[in-house]
Amino acid sequence: MSSPTLHRRAVLKTAFAKRGDALAVSGLGSATWDLASLGDRADNFYLWGAMGNAAMIGLGLAIAQPERRVVVVTGDGEMLMGLTAMTTIGARRPANLAICVLDNERYTETGRQPTATGMGTDLAAVAAACGFPKTALIRGEAEIGTLGALLFEAAGPIMAVVKVVDEDLPMAVPPRDGGYLKTRFRIGLLGETAATLP
Amino acid sequence: MSDQTIWGNDLYDTLVEEGVTLFSYVPDGGHKVMIQRSLDDPRVRSVPLTTEEEGVAMAAGAHLGGIKAVLLMQSSGAGNCINMLSLVANGQFPFVCFVTMRGTFGEENPWQVPMGLAVRPALESIGVVCLPVERPDEVAMTARAALAMAYKSRCGVAVLLSQKLIGAKAF
Repeated sequence: MSSPTLHRRAVLKTAFAKRGDALAVSGLGSATWDLASLGDRADNFYLWGAMGNAAMIGLGLAIAQPERRVVVVTGDGEMLMGLTAMTTIGARRPANLAICVLDNERYTETGRQPTATGMGTDLAAVAAACGFPKTALIRGEAEIGTLGALLFEAAGPIMAVVKVVDEDLPMAVPPRDGGYLKTRFRIGLLGETAATLP
Repeated sequence: MSDQTIWGNDLYDTLVEEGVTLFSYVPDGGHKVMIQRSLDDPRVRSVPLTTEEEGVAMAAGAHLGGIKAVLLMQSSGAGNCINMLSLVANGQFPFVCFVTMRGTFGEENPWQVPMGLAVRPALESIGVVCLPVERPDEVAMTARAALAMAYKSRCGVAVLLSQKLIGAKAF
């Protein structure tokens, strides 16, 4: 297989031009820095830990907000750790949920150790086998134009895996206070009264 | 051992009355009544999980989206949740789970004993308040206390349903 040529932040920026009022969740590490690099927003919920279930936070949100699009951006290591979530989401099939895995085949934050996606695991194929109606494995510039529509428009659940260059990027650091991120997100979505009174 | 068709139905009705609209579960015999009620009830959504920690994350997502969720699991599943509960601790998310206990009172399967003993110290060490229940007449009031505490004091609460309540299994 040829080496990846796509750059994760450029791909995400192009796709997120179609975001509109979609809600976003990011998996810890690079995916959180990537989402933050597009500009901090109240309707981003960034993870700084809790590795392995960004997709399940997305499922809970998608069930709670069936009229809103929910997009989870995560990395290959995070998605691999929570592979079981694909079976759960595949069984539930929320039409408004999309997952985008920026797959550099590395545990980037811990020293670029190889992950299983570089050794045989095809996350898009796993999602298809779990019942996701639409999956994509994106490697080329020509397919990037389709990513935004997949993530923000196509009937889900969607699994879009983008093979990206393993590269050093500056950290784009969003707020790290989980309570603040939660309350800010809820105020934006539900209004201040509903968000702050139990 | 008490009649689950009484306390299980009572517990289910209490949770729905308190506004819970999303159930998630990894099955256990002690949750049989609640799971079936949640699957049959058009007022709620009920999601079977592949592993228990998914339910912790899903409940957090549900709260972000403005609905109340609970997780039903067996004591062995509590161990699977530990790191994911850092999400609850960091975000001060309300989180309520109902844990049917194994390995504690009259257990005859030795493989259930280690995790059974570890449930309470493990959950408490990651910041989850544990409310044990041994009598059927305490189940519904404990569920109300758990929800009140989780949503108003913004923390994780586990209701531990004892083997005195649900009965010890021989296997």
